[in-house]
Amino acid sequence: MLSRGCVRFQPTALSEELSVTLMSELRRDKKMRKFGSSDWLMRLGQVVLLLGLPITTLADPADRSISPTNIFAPVSTPAHSIIGLSLFVLAVTAAIFVIVAGLLVYCVVRFANRADDDGREPPQVYGSNQVELAWTVIPILISVVLFMATARVIASVQKAARPADAIQVIAIGHQFWWEYRYPDLKVVTANELHVPVSDPAHPTPTFITLLSADTDHSFWVPRLAGKTDLIPNHPNTMWIDPQQTGLYLGQCAQYCGTQHAKMLLRVYVQSREEFDRWIEEQSQPAQASAAVSEGQHIFQTTACINCHAVNGTVGDGRFGPDLTHLMSRETIASGAAPNTPENLRLWIQNPDAIKPGSKMPAMGLSDPELDALTAYLATLR
Amino acid sequence: MSTDSIATFNVDMASRPLVAKLHEWVTTVDHKRLGLLYIVYSFIFLLIAGIEATVIRIQLIRPHNNFVSPDVFNRMFTMHGTTMIFFVVMPMLFGFANYLVPLMIGARDMAFPRLNAFSFWLTAFGGILLYFSFLGANGLYGAGNAPDVGWFAYAPLTSKTFSLGHSTDFWTLSLLVSGFGSIGTAINIIATILCMRCPGMTLGKMPLLAWLNLIMAVLVILAMSSGSLRAGSSRVRFRFRDHPCLFPQSDFRLPRNGGCNGLHCLHRHERMGPPHVHRRHERKR
Repeated sequence: MLSRGCVRFQPTALSEELSVTLMSELRRDKKMRKFGSSDWLMRLGQVVLLLGLPITTLADPADRSISPTNIFAPVSTPAHSIIGLSLFVLAVTAAIFVIVAGLLVYCVVRFANRADDDGREPPQVYGSNQVELAWTVIPILISVVLFMATARVIASVQKAARPADAIQVIAIGHQFWWEYRYPDLKVVTANELHVPVSDPAHPTPTFITLLSADTDHSFWVPRLAGKTDLIPNHPNTMWIDPQQTGLYLGQCAQYCGTQHAKMLLRVYVQSREEFDRWIEEQSQPAQASAAVSEGQHIFQTTACINCHAVNGTVGDGRFGPDLTHLMSRETIASGAAPNTPENLRLWIQNPDAIKPGSKMPAMGLSDPELDALTAYLATLR
Repeated sequence: MSTDSIATFNVDMASRPLVAKLHEWVTTVDHKRLGLLYIVYSFIFLLIAGIEATVIRIQLIRPHNNFVSPDVFNRMFTMHGTTMIFFVVMPMLFGFANYLVPLMIGARDMAFPRLNAFSFWLTAFGGILLYFSFLGANGLYGAGNAPDVGWFAYAPLTSKTFSLGHSTDFWTLSLLVSGFGSIGTAINIIATILCMRCPGMTLGKMPLLAWLNLIMAVLVILAMSSGSLRAGSSRVRFRFRDHPCLFPQSDFRLPRNGGCNGLHCLHRHERMGPPHVHRRHERKR
């Protein structure tokens, strides 16, 4: 409903990867085959399988079939601490469930009405110090243990020492995209965070300062760390030390407005050499080619520059993503669509076709202007 | 009111015209009738919230579904959450408390029958006010926008910068109005239980359900007066919408955020919301 776009945006494999991967993984599993195609059986199978995930996936976090948002496959110390704590809490609560449900079932069976009952009322018992002490003291002990375990994990994550060679990143949440600044490396980018892999022997963690330009947001990449909120005027910090290269996906986890749902996070963990090369590339000014001067002229003389910056041009707006190295990114619109010239053109022409409610306005350019501008943007590598 | 008098009363009622019967229900101060009104009222809102939940679920039935736009989806989950917490669960609890507590402790009625009726109608009009936002919240900005700031309504998303039109004002006012109703009923329940038990019924001998309602009423007063009225949802949030510089505690500033340290706003919410939700869980136990 309400698709206002004159051109409909078709979700592609890339933009669906987040939601589809887990399902395909589930379908591949042999356990699923015997259920056939019956819907509720499939769902049951998924539940059973999800319960089994900790065991199956913790064994091999390198497995490519793992969902990019799987909380059971941590690759970073904070995420490891959290999943360890979660499994501990799950074990405690599962034990409570088994005991309580077991007692309940036992009582239902043992004290059910039987044909040979003589109809007399069973002995009535009032009060028992032992029982009352037990059901008071034991829950208090359980609560204290859970509290202590949680406090320990929180403290261990928050109080971690910052090594001298840690990467410093400032992440700024905007409606509805992410701005990343590397203050020491003089790099500004958007929506796709690049960090170096951290060798456990010589950790090079990335410390992220979280700021917000408008409303509350929350930075959540489940395989790397827990959620941390981005709150206006209240800088928060978090850190990650990913021990494995790859792409990790996440999602803004604090409702922040119309397009909260498509405020997606992409973290590229690279080897140190790749990361240094990426920083080197990002530090270059934009290349201006005579062939696309028309598009550059349009960019510099329309409202584009109110919000967007391209190094080396008059464009220095900060409300929208920095476009100096636009084509080095795999996605546009905060991960909502693959970064292809067609999508880029559609995004400028009618952003609502890709991400309805985003703050990017439809630019109202003619077709030749759109072509020229897209051609110019496509040279920003 | 004894069983006999209710029986006579009903015989009288049966022969009267419909308007008179309705008039009886609207002007009643009887705890059983108000209890039933509360319960019927919460079922009506349960139905509405159920329709909203259905819209949410149909949208989520597959990825990239286009059943509703993001704006409509946000309104649906905001209205669903607000309705379920404030206009289904709470009236349901109060309905059972109203109907059962006087019977269980041997009281003739609630301690303050007129306050009881007043509280019910405040709650009722609060809910109607919330749903009036579908018609009346558009102001200058687009058509028919119900609140879309989430039932938790965190500032600064609720500020005028980010929530255009009057939808958030409708939300805030309706919660303020129904919050007064909740506090009135909670005071009533506490007064009834503490002062109107029949001779011989000490607190130690009081039925567990009455105890449960007593604790619930205390929690309602703590949550609603401290959180909702004094700080959480109503006055400060109102003032926050007009004067975003109310909390200049932090010297760290960014443009476009109005100068508020959002953390304070979160904490104000936490004082109201969680006790509210936890109260529901406690009742379920």
